[in-house]
Amino acid sequence: MSQSPGPLPIPPIPPWRPPAGGKPAPAPTSPPAPRRGPELPPPPKVSSYYPGSITYLDLMARNRRQSIVLIGFMVLLFVLVGVVIAGAYFIGQPEILWKSALTGAGVALVVGVLAVVWSYYGGASAILLLSGAKRIEPKDDPVLFNVVDEVRIAAGLPMPKVYLINDTALNAFATGRDPQHAAVAITTGLRATLDRDELQGVMAHEVAHIRHYDIRFSMLMATLAGLIAFVCDGFLRVAWAIFRGAGSSRSKEKGPAIAIAAVVLIIAFVLYLVAPIVGFIIQMTFSREREYLADAGAVELTRNPDGLIRALAKLGQDRDPLVDVANRGTAHLYIVNPLRKMHATGNEASSLFSSHPPLSKRIERLQALTR
Amino acid sequence: MVYGLIAAGVLVLIILWVIAMYNGLVRKRVDCDNGWSQIDVQLKRRYDLIPNLVETVKGYAKHEREALEAVINARSRAVSVSQGGSVPERAEAENMLTQTLGRLFALSEAYPDLKANQNFIGLQEELTSTENKIGFSRQHYNDTVARYEQSRQQFPGNIIAGAFNFSKRDYFEVKESQVREAPKVSF
Repeated sequence: MSQSPGPLPIPPIPPWRPPAGGKPAPAPTSPPAPRRGPELPPPPKVSSYYPGSITYLDLMARNRRQSIVLIGFMVLLFVLVGVVIAGAYFIGQPEILWKSALTGAGVALVVGVLAVVWSYYGGASAILLLSGAKRIEPKDDPVLFNVVDEVRIAAGLPMPKVYLINDTALNAFATGRDPQHAAVAITTGLRATLDRDELQGVMAHEVAHIRHYDIRFSMLMATLAGLIAFVCDGFLRVAWAIFRGAGSSRSKEKGPAIAIAAVVLIIAFVLYLVAPIVGFIIQMTFSREREYLADAGAVELTRNPDGLIRALAKLGQDRDPLVDVANRGTAHLYIVNPLRKMHATGNEASSLFSSHPPLSKRIERLQALTR
Repeated sequence: MVYGLIAAGVLVLIILWVIAMYNGLVRKRVDCDNGWSQIDVQLKRRYDLIPNLVETVKGYAKHEREALEAVINARSRAVSVSQGGSVPERAEAENMLTQTLGRLFALSEAYPDLKANQNFIGLQEELTSTENKIGFSRQHYNDTVARYEQSRQQFPGNIIAGAFNFSKRDYFEVKESQVREAPKVSF
């Protein structure tokens, strides 16, 4: 009855399994609670909307953990880079090498902690500014505010700030460090395209990201990955300058100095190549699983998969990329990949480098919930 | 001596465990009460919107006196039950109000002038949204009650709950037939 004549005819698929590679969640902690929705179709007969009977509490705990690990990893990386840079700078004076390396580590630690603090407290504003999102008030769009209010009530969260992105492309995202400091943003194109139920599905997806603390992890990822790329780039420049300096020096210890400078340069080059790529792959892998889980979380909130299914189908028909507004660093925040809209067709491989699962797969999993 | 230490250690562990269980129950009870106050906010919002709606509809659809009176009566009953009524009583009164509102909106379909009235359109959106918010806050409240009741009734939480007098919390129930009759407003 709740099955709508979806625009994409999908053959029956097996029950939902946890995404491959995803950590098996801890045992379920809460019982299949009696589910009662508002005036919606009867809720799907499932005990949990998430795969493997995990709950949003498990996802929340995992994101908090992973955010801490991410912060530790980033600070460590800063310290490492600081040590190598300082060591490289005093490479000609072995007697003060240890001291200078320690000093470099100390300075880098301070810089790294500052970067994390900035990313944690200022990351959301930076992302919103970068996306050209404008904050709106309830009187600007009462229906949008009502819809956001409805789904955040379902999640038992405070009301997030609402932003509009003036762009014809169809997209939306959520960001912030926790539910008390969260924001949802939607493009004017998507706002105009969706009917009320579809809008509710999309906003429930974004509120599910907030509820899961995906927003914290992805915000730290977006801002710190940008900083890492910046630091590695600077390090490579410094190492190159030292290498050239060592080559042109006239001291007697020219040979060893060049050898050490060359090693530093190689380290810098490897770091320059590898760090952003590793960061990028981590970001993509994590965000793809999170998208599926936010879809499930959205249905848990609205008890109405049809709205989100229809919205995703509409998003899939859009070929308009959000290039002015989104970039590789922020692509993983959005509900659908803002850079490559051909994803919608569903025949592209869900490769390692894609930040989002194919829309057809997401729709399939949502339709599986209604069976 | 050694046995004394072991006994003391076990005692400390038991005390820590009791504290953890107690705090867990308190947290879940606070969640329930917060969830309930969310419902309350929305129900009050609905009481405030209804007189406006009745006035607007009256101007266009004088003949629907019966439906209008049903809404007014259901509202005043719900308001009176809201002062000190139990959760099941309130749920029943609110469901009645939802039903009568649904009937009023269904009747208003027959009045094109009314449907074109800006005030009515605004009220319709507000009431639909409030209806949704009531549903969603009820859903959230019932989830928190389920979590609380599970901890409260399951062994060994029931020992702590009994010792410290953690009282039962009621679900905000809706009968399926009433849910189906809730106003379905098209946009």
